[in-house]
Amino acid sequence: MAPVTQMQNQLYDSLKAVIAEKKNLRNPLIEILRTAQEIFGYLPIEVQEFIAGEMNLPASKIYGVVTFYNFFTMIPRGKYTLNVCTGTACYVKGAPRLIQMISDHLDVKMGETTKDGLFTLSAVRCVGACSLAPVFVIGEDTFGRIDNKDMITEILARYK
Amino acid sequence: MSLKRIDLLICCGSGCVSAGAMKIKERFHEVLQEKNLANEINIIETGCMGPCDYGPVMVIYPEGIFYKKVTEDDVEEIVNEHFIKGRPVTRLMLHNDEEQTFSTKKEVPFYQKQVKVALANCGFIDPDSIDEYIATSGYEALGTVLTTMTPQDVIHVIRKSGLRGRGGGGFPTHIKWQMVHDNVADEKYVICNGDEGDPGAFMDRSLLEGDPHRILEGMMIAAYAIGATAGFFYIRAEYPLAIKRIRHAIAQAKEMGLMGDNVFGSKFCFDAEVRTGAGAFVCGEETALIHSIEGGRGNPSPKPPYPALQGLWGKPTIVNNVETFGNIPTIFLKGADWFASMGTETSKGTKVFALTGDIRNTGLVEVPMGITLRELIFDVGGGMTGGHKFKAVQLGGPSGGCLTVEHLDVHVDYESLKERGAMMGSGGVIVMNDKNCMVNIAKFFMDFCVDESCGKCSPCRIGLKQMLDILEKITNGNGKEGDIEELQRLGEAISKLSLCGLGQSAPNPVLSTIRYFREEYEAHIRDKSCGTKVCLDLMHFDIDKDRCIGCSLCARKCPVTCITGSREEKYTIHQLDCVKCGNCQDVCPVKAVNRIPGMHPEVLAKHTAEANLTSHHDD
Repeated sequence: MAPVTQMQNQLYDSLKAVIAEKKNLRNPLIEILRTAQEIFGYLPIEVQEFIAGEMNLPASKIYGVVTFYNFFTMIPRGKYTLNVCTGTACYVKGAPRLIQMISDHLDVKMGETTKDGLFTLSAVRCVGACSLAPVFVIGEDTFGRIDNKDMITEILARYK
Repeated sequence: MSLKRIDLLICCGSGCVSAGAMKIKERFHEVLQEKNLANEINIIETGCMGPCDYGPVMVIYPEGIFYKKVTEDDVEEIVNEHFIKGRPVTRLMLHNDEEQTFSTKKEVPFYQKQVKVALANCGFIDPDSIDEYIATSGYEALGTVLTTMTPQDVIHVIRKSGLRGRGGGGFPTHIKWQMVHDNVADEKYVICNGDEGDPGAFMDRSLLEGDPHRILEGMMIAAYAIGATAGFFYIRAEYPLAIKRIRHAIAQAKEMGLMGDNVFGSKFCFDAEVRTGAGAFVCGEETALIHSIEGGRGNPSPKPPYPALQGLWGKPTIVNNVETFGNIPTIFLKGADWFASMGTETSKGTKVFALTGDIRNTGLVEVPMGITLRELIFDVGGGMTGGHKFKAVQLGGPSGGCLTVEHLDVHVDYESLKERGAMMGSGGVIVMNDKNCMVNIAKFFMDFCVDESCGKCSPCRIGLKQMLDILEKITNGNGKEGDIEELQRLGEAISKLSLCGLGQSAPNPVLSTIRYFREEYEAHIRDKSCGTKVCLDLMHFDIDKDRCIGCSLCARKCPVTCITGSREEKYTIHQLDCVKCGNCQDVCPVKAVNRIPGMHPEVLAKHTAEANLTSHHDD
């Protein structure tokens, strides 16, 4: 398993560099956590403890912040996060049904990752594309006015 | 710089981009290159033009021709016909039901009743270009303020204009500024609140993306007035483009010397930076926002002390909404009297709204305060879609309330809306037709608030959960007499006792729907029936035997095989097994499957029997 450890070490090294760079900003914790999540994909306890050590902060403070914000996750995510908008406009125009259809299609529940590690199904509060309701977002691509299963099948096939 | 004969403005707001605006822009570049026209036509990416429903939209100057729902395949035709032969493409223009054509942007009915102040440049200039902003009198207001006015003069102008906070509360802007101005401190801060968390609202996003320099200029004028030397933009992480645009605007302003030390040769020095949120609705509350910038959990703290006295890092701080800053440069360019001439006695100027829901012209609009809801929904919004009837309009998101048909002639201002149980809020307007269940909508907002409650104070953390539980019981057929009164009692207590604005206003959607749609709550509780057939437990599916052709498709698609029958006898749903997935309705080729309000009698009988059994156990 040497390569994995090596890769892990590389990740920690780049995190260390980021912390060193941002350490002197005023209260950079959230920015650092954001970058850490970009590097590792999620924020497991080990990463939180590492940041605590580097920043000379109690680990409990880091844990408090990580668990407070929706953006941070302690569970690994799939390659793509499929965010279904559950804002009011989307809700009124059928977001619950859209979630059901996607959930059936991927065979996962809200918050879960598909077995092949490709998609994580997640909900997001309003992406500001209300005129296209109901919408879901994968990365930076927004898909709107989704009202049948065939559209979902077609879109998701592009990511396989 | 070469002169171009045509300016092609392509809306690159989020709605149009989702509808494919970027691909269209690429295609224009390709076609113009092919035809050797690239040096004659200027392609400009603008911020949101407003009518998102028509997206992707574009406007072509000098004539101001407006095209809607343009596709990649239309590009060649526009270039050949419009750009080369000078014949605008009528097919892509807006037409109404009476076959009337609106060829230019000015004629489009959507824009008729709008007055653009904060949105003046949105959809008109390239947001990444400081030159274009300066060409529309950008930074002129800042120059005038810094070279000819004292900070106190600035506050006087704002007072005269009557500007109130556009973030929702409507607190007079000049009072906030005056308080910070009067507090003596070695450092003061100004914060732009761009944590637009209301579901169904995208005003701040469009402003930050469409005209970032305006917000920056507004912030600098505020900083000068209160004596701040540093500013922070707090923008939610879900808006990466807004973050990028503001960062770019700050860099450009610094490069031009419009920000930094001794701006315009004055003594005013200022620096700004962007801090991003991490997904917490409560961070829109000013004290929570401040804690978040300080790197901690975004829990609100009790007021007083107000941020004006002890804000960011304990220093006097003003927190203003994006749109509030967006109004400021224009107030100084056109005068406080001009601004105050629009609107009502207590609410001056204009307000930006994000119109969404079951109306034709969903999108971003700016209208004078005091406009009636009828004008906003039916004239600007173009009325309801699909011939449905107007049922309710929700203003103010999770903090606001629903208004009904009887309120259509209410003038939109802070006080009139509040009196009737709704609120201006940040500007999300969701119009609903008669297919929406109000109990379900109230439950939706309550679910949102329970999810977003930070948990610091118990009325909000525990109380809202209790309200949600009751609403869930009501919508799944377990509502009982007294539930409505209990919701009201809890709602009023939570409003009075919660620490911050989130909890204080969270019961509003429930209280206002009880006030105006009590009979719907009663039907859910007493008759176990959802008239709009939205609440799945309080409706059932039924196959119309006269229409059914016995094709068996529904039976084959039913996941619980609860549909049986034959070609001769037609098909029947066994109600006790049905899971209400709706597959049968989706697949029926002759639309013989209907949704019927109320529990099916068989299900109701079983449900009542079970409920009696449980209540005996309780005894």
